[in-house]
Amino acid sequence: MDPEHAPLIQMKNIEKHFGRVIALAGVSVDIFPGECHCLLGDNGAGKSTFIKTMSGVHKPTKGEIRFEGKEMHFADPRDAISAGIATVHQHLAMIPLMSVSRNFFMGNEPVKKVGPMKFFDHDYANKVTMDEMRKMGINLRGPDQAVGTLSGGERQTVAIARAVHFGAKVLILDEPTSALGVRQTANVLATIDKVRKQGVAVVFITHNVRHAMAVGDRFTVLNRGQTLGTSQRGQITPDELQDMMAGGQELVALEGSLGGTV
Amino acid sequence: MTSATQPTANSDERVKEISSFRNALIRPELGGIVGTIAVFTFFLLFAFDSGMFNSQGIMNWSQISAQFMIIAVGACLLMIAGEFDLSVGSMIGFAGMLIAIFSVTLGWPVWLAIIVTFVIAVSIGALNGFIVVRTGLPSFIVTLAFLFILRGFAIYLPQTIERKTIIGGVSDVAEGDWLAAMFGGKIFTGFFQWMGDNGIIAVFERGTRKGQPVVEGLPMLIVWAIGLVIVGHIILTKTKFGNWIFAAGGDSEAARNSGVPVNKVKILMFMFTAFCATVLAVCQVMEFGSAGADRGLLKEFEAIIAVVIGGALLTGGYGSVIGAALGALIFGVVQQGLFFAGVESSLFRVFLGLILLGAVILNTYIRRIITGER
Repeated sequence: MDPEHAPLIQMKNIEKHFGRVIALAGVSVDIFPGECHCLLGDNGAGKSTFIKTMSGVHKPTKGEIRFEGKEMHFADPRDAISAGIATVHQHLAMIPLMSVSRNFFMGNEPVKKVGPMKFFDHDYANKVTMDEMRKMGINLRGPDQAVGTLSGGERQTVAIARAVHFGAKVLILDEPTSALGVRQTANVLATIDKVRKQGVAVVFITHNVRHAMAVGDRFTVLNRGQTLGTSQRGQITPDELQDMMAGGQELVALEGSLGGTV
Repeated sequence: MTSATQPTANSDERVKEISSFRNALIRPELGGIVGTIAVFTFFLLFAFDSGMFNSQGIMNWSQISAQFMIIAVGACLLMIAGEFDLSVGSMIGFAGMLIAIFSVTLGWPVWLAIIVTFVIAVSIGALNGFIVVRTGLPSFIVTLAFLFILRGFAIYLPQTIERKTIIGGVSDVAEGDWLAAMFGGKIFTGFFQWMGDNGIIAVFERGTRKGQPVVEGLPMLIVWAIGLVIVGHIILTKTKFGNWIFAAGGDSEAARNSGVPVNKVKILMFMFTAFCATVLAVCQVMEFGSAGADRGLLKEFEAIIAVVIGGALLTGGYGSVIGAALGALIFGVVQQGLFFAGVESSLFRVFLGLILLGAVILNTYIRRIITGER
């Protein structure tokens, strides 16, 4: 990553407390345009809380969020979305019974005026959907094909393409590959790569080191609500990442008994 | 990354090309179209000479079908939005009773009675929707409560005010009222007279109305039905709001994540359902000249059955207004057709049960095709 670039988002010393539980104890991360920033961590490390803070679902207890250099206070996710921070959830992104084109424009329907009436511009929607899908390498039978017929990876891809089409500058992907097979995972990772090359910052949450290593430019590991630092690609090995995620010594002991396959 | 960029340019070889037959099967209206053809073929073969297909016969089953259609449009959009309304039948009785009480008992002008009734009915629809959206309870339970509440009032009000359960005399007060004519009148009377004069449709042979056609015009009931079907179909398939209706019923969480105002959509659909029920109530009151406390009994289920025959999924997110209209047509034609064919009318219920079962099974199968489930 070119360090001269100004960061798109700066999260500075973010703390988040839920009652007596300290979910985040001062996490700082910078995210640059065009990078794929992998956020790794075991379950309960605070990954979800952190990205929810970034996407406006939670307000930080302490700390500062700067977006494009300005300090931001997102009141709700809609604020974050209109600023250009889009989240693609693993589930709950697509409606299987609806066509790809209807899904693609859900909530952002293009309208065409006929006299005083406004109609859903299906021709435009279909055309854009087919174009965007082709760019992402998905060949649809037609724009009216139901999302239910797509594989899990393709659905993720549609959701990502949709977010980018509607002007996302930062794309937060919440464990997009955790429920996918090998080939579908490859497709989603390829999509991430394409999106990154368009200059979109991708925040890729995962606990799979191999998926992270495949596309990540920089890696931040969260453990027990704290960052264990951010490393550049090439400066860290998968084993080191794995160790950091699991918190060091315990995994060494475990790995001994499992023959180093974790 | 080279391994990850496997070309997906060629579509997956394991996805079979879908035949045009299967493609047609995916259309929600398919069941309705097939059913309509089957039903008409059947009655054309077995009841052609019974008078079912002369002008009075056609008008007879058209009117019955139109009644079903009016409430089916509302029920259809609501079901696609993911909710039910079981209070439709009671709403018909209740709204009809309000009109009679306002216009006959209280002596208000009929147009005012109709407008106030619409406002009250649509507000109750909004209340239904509000409770469902706010509490997150199944609409089945909430509207079941209103089924009893509204039916109770439809009996209680005339009982206490007039000491009877039917209030008549609406025809007299509705005479010459502009808004009443929008529901109880007939249009194209000149055209029907012309058809009578030219021997296309039957005319009275003797008596004071000699020479006038037996069917004097197109009842407003049918005009409303066709109008609502067209408007409902356009809203659902051709507008932004229609997309929101599908989205709200398909997966409300995903829809919310995408910025669809799901709660607003659902409440509006409850209001529209109440509106449709009230349209039917006004048409009935104007036609019969009276309001009865038992009007609209079981109509909610008939509306739901028509919608399901028309291809909508009970779970929401999928369906068609045209399909629902065809479902209503099948309903009306069979109900009246059995009468024309001289079949014992109680068999109609047997038929209903069977066709409902068949439609639900077919719909489940279609759903599997669409979503690719196994």
